[in-house]
Amino acid sequence: MRRVPATRRRFAVLGLTGTATAVVVVLQATALASVLTAAAGGRLDRTGLGLFVALVAARAGLAWAQGAVTAWSAAAVKEALRVELLGSVTRRDPAWLAGQRGGSLATLAGRGLDGLDAYFTGYLPQLVLGVTIPIAVLSRLVFADWTSAVIVAVTIPLIPIFGALVGWQAQAATERQWRRLSRLGGHFLDMLSGLPTLRSFGRARAQVDVVRRMADAHRAATMKTLRIAFLSALVLELVATISVALVAVPVGLRLLSGGITLQVALLVLLLTPEAYLPLRAAGTKFHASLEGLTALDEALSALPDTAAAAGGTAVPRPGPIVLSGVTVAYDRTTALRDVSLTIQPGERVAIVGPSGAGKSTLLALLLGFVAPTAGQVRVSGVDLATADLAAWRREVAWVPQRAHLFAGTVADNVRLGAPADTDLDKAASAAALDEVIEALPEGWETMLGERGYGLSSGQRQRIALARAFLREHATLVLLDEPTARLDAASEGAVVEATLRLLAGRTGVFVAHRPALLAVADRVLRVDDGVVTELARPVPTGVGG
Amino acid sequence: MTAAERTVLRVARPWLGRLVGAGLLAAGTELAGLALMATATWLLITAAGQPPVAALTVAIVAVRTLAIARGVLRYTERLAGHDAVLRIITEVRARIFATLADRPARATDRSGDALSRLVSDVDAVQDLLLRVLVPGAAAGLVAVLAVAGAAAISPPAALPLALGLLLAGVVLPALASALTRRTAARVAPLRGALAVDAIDLTAGAADLAAFGATDATLAKAAGRAAELARLERRLGLVGWAVDGAGVLLAGATAAVVVLTALRAGTSGTLVGVLAVGTIAAVESALALVGAARQRTQLDTALARVAALLTDAEPAREPAPAAGEPGLDHVSVTYRAGAAPALDGVTLRLPPGRKVAVVGPSGAGKSTLLAVLAGTVAPDAGQVTGAGDPHRVGGLFADAHVFHAPVRDNLLLARPDATDEELAAAAGPAGFLDWVHDQPAGWDTEVGEDGGQLSGGQRQRLLLARALLLRPEVLVLDEPTEGLDPGAADAVLASVVAATPGALVLVTHRLRGLAEFDEILVLDAGRVLDRGRHTDLVARPGWYRDQWQTQESDERGYLSLGAGT
Repeated sequence: MRRVPATRRRFAVLGLTGTATAVVVVLQATALASVLTAAAGGRLDRTGLGLFVALVAARAGLAWAQGAVTAWSAAAVKEALRVELLGSVTRRDPAWLAGQRGGSLATLAGRGLDGLDAYFTGYLPQLVLGVTIPIAVLSRLVFADWTSAVIVAVTIPLIPIFGALVGWQAQAATERQWRRLSRLGGHFLDMLSGLPTLRSFGRARAQVDVVRRMADAHRAATMKTLRIAFLSALVLELVATISVALVAVPVGLRLLSGGITLQVALLVLLLTPEAYLPLRAAGTKFHASLEGLTALDEALSALPDTAAAAGGTAVPRPGPIVLSGVTVAYDRTTALRDVSLTIQPGERVAIVGPSGAGKSTLLALLLGFVAPTAGQVRVSGVDLATADLAAWRREVAWVPQRAHLFAGTVADNVRLGAPADTDLDKAASAAALDEVIEALPEGWETMLGERGYGLSSGQRQRIALARAFLREHATLVLLDEPTARLDAASEGAVVEATLRLLAGRTGVFVAHRPALLAVADRVLRVDDGVVTELARPVPTGVGG
Repeated sequence: MTAAERTVLRVARPWLGRLVGAGLLAAGTELAGLALMATATWLLITAAGQPPVAALTVAIVAVRTLAIARGVLRYTERLAGHDAVLRIITEVRARIFATLADRPARATDRSGDALSRLVSDVDAVQDLLLRVLVPGAAAGLVAVLAVAGAAAISPPAALPLALGLLLAGVVLPALASALTRRTAARVAPLRGALAVDAIDLTAGAADLAAFGATDATLAKAAGRAAELARLERRLGLVGWAVDGAGVLLAGATAAVVVLTALRAGTSGTLVGVLAVGTIAAVESALALVGAARQRTQLDTALARVAALLTDAEPAREPAPAAGEPGLDHVSVTYRAGAAPALDGVTLRLPPGRKVAVVGPSGAGKSTLLAVLAGTVAPDAGQVTGAGDPHRVGGLFADAHVFHAPVRDNLLLARPDATDEELAAAAGPAGFLDWVHDQPAGWDTEVGEDGGQLSGGQRQRLLLARALLLRPEVLVLDEPTEGLDPGAADAVLASVVAATPGALVLVTHRLRGLAEFDEILVLDAGRVLDRGRHTDLVARPGWYRDQWQTQESDERGYLSLGAGT
């Protein structure tokens, strides 16, 4: 809770309304007992009835105030957590995120945190009342009828004790259920993303049964949790109702012998259930709020401990890029081994080599997405590990192998980080994107699906290229197979445009297609993480 | 009852008996609570008159029994209700997926949305049944029985009780709905948008960071979160005001009932019973306020669930596909008025025939494959063999890799395949060595959309999966994309050798096509030229130009790769 934004003032308000409510509850029961005693004698106690209605009105007002305060707290806390959760994603390096399920995070930031509502608007206020009301009721009962007070005082602690005993079980079970739900979310996103593939293998229908099985497994697991969770509610309910019977029956028998007045007896009967109500409600709401607390826990553990590395040393432009003894090791593989190389400003370096050899890792290093396991990457003498990465990335125009397409229009996707008034048309024609846009139903305003549904890989590639072309002031151009999937005609156009982009800039590009190799000053070969330099430039015999 | 609610109930029909049982148990629980307090009150007031103990025996036993019954009834009610509802939910989930599975994916169908739809919209069904229908029906039943009980004790007092119950159970909920409807309707789409933001921020993290767009995207998401919080605060304010009004209503009704009963000369003992019973009855009717609030918040989500539940069963069963697979003068036009994507294309595919389809991007190559496979219906002409993946199938553009082990991803093509068959398919794709290198072998997890694989390995996995299918006609859309030229040539050669049946290959690389029986050169949907490789390079045209360009490029590249 420490990391949740300050809600202390609201908690103080909660304490105040809780205390006031407890006083009103006792007074209300007193007034009603007086009215009913008079009524039993066939008389109407006008003052008592008026007082009763006024006290009920006060209780109603308090209930409203308390509810409003908790609803505001819940909304504020959830908002803060959502923003922090989404923000934390941006502080992770993209390599870490690749191993995460986007769907799990979406579930957590959405429905997961909504579970907190039950905690804030249900559990917490009832917990406060669970302290104030029993105290007020007991204080009144001691004066009215101490034997009943003893019964209530002895049985009330049973509620938290039983609640805790059965509750621990429920807690563990709910945690398992939450993980299952979150997996179901990820599983379903995956299934939906793969629907075209499932259809192409005639397996879409068959997967319906898989989804049914997953949902049914979810049901079975949930029922197992609930049998225990509801058991605690049963115990709590029994403690409360049996206590009413425990109090009412002896009090009735003492009335027979005249050992107590009817008014006191009625007061005892009316107050007794009030004492158990909030604790019982807190108990049942606690189980409902467990899911929210589990989500909260998960959210807080998803937040990286380190704050965003803001600032850092600015990189003076332009200067040489120097890799010295760089090794990049992932969990399972070593992507680069002891790589040392220097790229001079204005140089164009092509990277070739078999797939999976570490070419993309080399580009990720230059972007600061991956930190070297050993060694250093220096730009103009500044170590990227301590550099202002955001500022450095502004110097870079990057064309990834598989660009993400964002929810939004084609224009939004091309513009990305650029100002709203940027002239997109020039970049579009440079990237051979203009003909794609002409063919789209709503041109620039066409909405793109989550993973670029509706666009082919080639078209997606041109969007990525157009993004890079928008970076007119970039000093370094990084391209990861920019011409893959383009036919020779547009490849020619793209290579030409790429050349314009490279003019006066440093360029590092991964190229499987040879057309780009022609413009390279140097060619590096990456094989199994080892970089070797191919001494001579490529023959420039395009066109035979 | 809205159309969406009727749709949900129609799905729930097989489990309706369980739901009714849960409703009766819920009503029983409420009545036990009411009767407990009423009986206890009667006990005390009667005892004050100091009758013989025997007069109280029944009441004493009743108080003790009711005290236990309430708890037990509540427990069974909740278990029965949840079990019934979760069974219904399972059915709803499966039906929604089935509907989406049969529906062609659209550009606007975002999986973030679909996810939010499955997890939270389906929970709306759960809430509708468990928090609206069951308690609503139970509260209604309790109210009717309470009024009947009150009428038996004091007919005039039954009137204010009925009025109070009507206000608590009907007017107040309607008021609450009216006050929150507009706000509640805006919450669900906002949640969907937030889920999409979350996915853009994770899956697109690299793109955002590289282009300095992270902060702007985050700010947009934060704006949505703030808007959501604003709506939730408003809902809370109105909702709790209604709850407060309910508390007031219970007390006020009890006061009026006491007044009326006293005026009517009802026995003093029973006035107390009426007062206590009234408070309990109105409080139980107030459950309807919560139910109505839930219902308002469910509207939007339920409507979307219902839309997915009512979609007509598609008539997409593969037509009896007799005869040799192929295309006969097939034309496809995606949008009225647009140029045809495919224009009178004929392609014959007898067993063993190897066909390559080449041409500039946008020439119609992928459309040709889609028509062959049956995912796109032709506007004119005949298609044979489409719609059955075992006749025509393979590797299509934008194929998905599932977040599952390698084995499961491959088994999609042939669920009963043995490890030997897996190896036989992975070998030609050049994927087998990598699998053997992994400690977990076939059980290696590949990450979300194959994210733990390199681009090349991902491609080889897709290719292995296509080979495992062994259809009559294997179609491959750019199978060597992302592989370096040397590997691409080797993989293509081994794949062709490992394909006993017909093969249709869409490629931008012209290398390795010498052995193909026929090469189609497409441009703007039309067959520009067709023939064997030797014929096509011999005559001037697009193919010869491309061949020469690529050859000179790749010779340079390969000499570089091998020559040092």
